[in-house]
Amino acid sequence: MTPALGPKIQIQRVAKTFSSGRAPALAEVDLDVAERELVCILGPSGCGKSTLLNIVAGFLAPTTGAVRVDGRVVTGPAPERGVVFQEYALFPWLTVTGNVEFGPRLQSRPAAERRRTVDRYLDLVGLRAHADKFPAQLSGGMKQRVAIARALANNPAVILMDEPFGALDAQTRETLQDELSKIQRVEHKTILFVTHSIREAVYLADRVVVMTSVPGRVKQVFPIKLPEVRDRFAPEFTQYEADITRVVKEEVAKVRE
Amino acid sequence: MASFVSNVSTLVESGLRGPVLTRRRALALQVGAVAAFLALWSALAGLVVLLKLFNPIFLPGPWLVLGALVDLAAKGQLWIHLAATLERVAIGFGTGAALGVALGLAAGQLAPVRNVVEPLIELLRPIPPLAMLPLFIVWVGIGEPSKIGFITYATFFPIFLTTVTGVRQIDPVLLRAARSLGARGLGLFTRVILPAALPDILTGLRLGVALAFFVIVISEFIGAEHGLGYLINDGRNFFLVPQMLGAAVVLGLLGYAGNGLVRLVERRVIRWQHPT
Repeated sequence: MTPALGPKIQIQRVAKTFSSGRAPALAEVDLDVAERELVCILGPSGCGKSTLLNIVAGFLAPTTGAVRVDGRVVTGPAPERGVVFQEYALFPWLTVTGNVEFGPRLQSRPAAERRRTVDRYLDLVGLRAHADKFPAQLSGGMKQRVAIARALANNPAVILMDEPFGALDAQTRETLQDELSKIQRVEHKTILFVTHSIREAVYLADRVVVMTSVPGRVKQVFPIKLPEVRDRFAPEFTQYEADITRVVKEEVAKVRE
Repeated sequence: MASFVSNVSTLVESGLRGPVLTRRRALALQVGAVAAFLALWSALAGLVVLLKLFNPIFLPGPWLVLGALVDLAAKGQLWIHLAATLERVAIGFGTGAALGVALGLAAGQLAPVRNVVEPLIELLRPIPPLAMLPLFIVWVGIGEPSKIGFITYATFFPIFLTTVTGVRQIDPVLLRAARSLGARGLGLFTRVILPAALPDILTGLRLGVALAFFVIVISEFIGAEHGLGYLINDGRNFFLVPQMLGAAVVLGLLGYAGNGLVRLVERRVIRWQHPT
């Protein structure tokens, strides 16, 4: 790996107004994400956190400001920025294997290499036995595991996750958090993760960024100084939860006023 | 009935959809219905003869229809007519399908194409295709080109429209996912847009096959020397009702087979929708 020269993701004065004359959705966000760092973005619903992620992904253009990945300005979606969606977004006509090797196939990787890649990432998410199934045959949790494997198999520089576990039941959600944390200990990807679950953010993040209500901007950043393997019931963990909850609640209250 | 509703899930299933039949039982009912229809037809035809209700030439029994078909087959004529109709349908439908799918894919994806093509098609579409047949004859004459062109014209619309729908209703999240995995241009088209639109395209093809058999008959009424439609019209001229009914039965069987064929392709190609 080449040593990182500066932050992996640079979000510089990024603002977004959807139609002129209307209030901005996002107001001047500045945020850097270091290589191998997992940053969670938290905020009240409608604060523009998903808008921010879509701008980093290249699906939306910022009204002002710019996003840089490895120093290059983002102008549209590209394979260097893998995305995991809340809706899984698996290709229903492809099997699990077909989905995972979608990126490598586009790059015309040789079959043997593709097979190794698929095996490796399906092992990582524990779905080797389901390689030949279609998405319609999988549960929500399994679908999201495939989506994560698909993103990893394309070997992106950064991974963007937009409330990836938001559609799952509480039990499955925690299981997937455990797995993502485990994967991150192996893969050390640079991940920008949007969530509205404070617990999820404290469990996964190196840093938690709390955003203000609309128009969204960075309100406060919490570096999480907890061991890599985290215990949701440790006093330090709940302390972080309480501190962040207090800050988030201020913003939720503003929306209600 | 063999099965007794023994648990909640079969009870719910039965309540929502009626009792599930075994394959054999379902088949027996289907064959039985056809047999009952033939029996009723035979009885009516027999009654007409026995009670001298009207000239039995108007309602020949099924055995006479079958006899007429066997006769035509023995003389080698049936195959000529069958082949003529099938050839027209194959070329006409094939061309209509190719045009409908190609233009539909373009219009579905590219807004400028859509805005140019759609208003024209929306204006032409409500005109019943049959109303255009005399025009086709005036323009390209009475021969093969007008018959084939007419099928192409008629089948184009449903195929075009379902293809546009298929492309337009692709989940935007799938397109985003594909782009962020590196798909662009041709790769995006062949690997995502085409397979995602395929179920709708196949529905259009099924509608198109049915329509092709629908319109070929009428165009074979006019100025044809072969074809199943010609057989019907020829039968009318010479009062050969068994021949008319025989040709109609063959047309019915062809339409049924055509539909079954597309369904078979459908089941193979879009197995992912209902994997087992």
